[in-house]
Amino acid sequence: MSSGFSQGTKGGVVADLEPTEVALLRQLVSMVLGLVAPGQTGDDPLERALGIGTGEAPSDPVLARLFPSAYEDDQEASEFRRYTEATLRDGKRADAQTVLDTAEPGRTELTADQAQAWMRALNDVRLALGTRLEVTEEIHDELARMSEDDPRYPAFVTYDWLTYLQDSLVRALW
Amino acid sequence: MDVGSTAPIAVERPSSDVRPDLPWVTIVWNDPVNLMSYVTYVFQTVFGYTREKAEKLMLDVHRKGRAVVSSGTREEMERDVQILHSYGLWATLQPDSVK
Repeated sequence: MSSGFSQGTKGGVVADLEPTEVALLRQLVSMVLGLVAPGQTGDDPLERALGIGTGEAPSDPVLARLFPSAYEDDQEASEFRRYTEATLRDGKRADAQTVLDTAEPGRTELTADQAQAWMRALNDVRLALGTRLEVTEEIHDELARMSEDDPRYPAFVTYDWLTYLQDSLVRALW
Repeated sequence: MDVGSTAPIAVERPSSDVRPDLPWVTIVWNDPVNLMSYVTYVFQTVFGYTREKAEKLMLDVHRKGRAVVSSGTREEMERDVQILHSYGLWATLQPDSVK
């Protein structure tokens, strides 16, 4: 695949994607958007209105990776999470939505802000998929050795493509 | 460089914490997903570090498993951690004295 990103004007980038790539990207980003839907809030109506959460750490490993604990101490982590997780969720949803709003086949100009949103959204997709696949730092070599009949093969190829795409975007922004 | 419109805002802590403002640090931990190029770019963008300094910190995270990436008051470090979480980095904060 020769697609990817190149430097644009005014700190922006130019995305160049095949129709099949755009379709796959939309599918993956939509899944993340579903994952980071508004979280549980407490029973207190005022706290609910302010988006103050329960402070509970997610039990699902993917959500735990997307919303990490800020403190090693559980109580301090919970307190921090109560006041910040809603903002973090909103940011991730806005980033995902930016990709859904702007992803088009062919060459597309992205502004600097949109490019930043794409970079974070691509990272969220990689975090979600990578955590689910339990990838290691040797993922690229592992994939090279993997049989195409391996049931994990399609997901690993997708992950590897996302890695390539994100790296291409970072280098276009530098 | 613009850090983007979705960077989280600082949140006031309703706290009775009256300890003096000892230095706190933000730590980034290694993980198998975040790319070396991306982590370097995030350190440059979030902290305004030079590419050289950002790369050194990224390599520390990669080789030693973690690195202190910023220091300051607890509130400042909470803000840094929140921004790093928005970029998907695995960051925590703690008092500087804790090993």
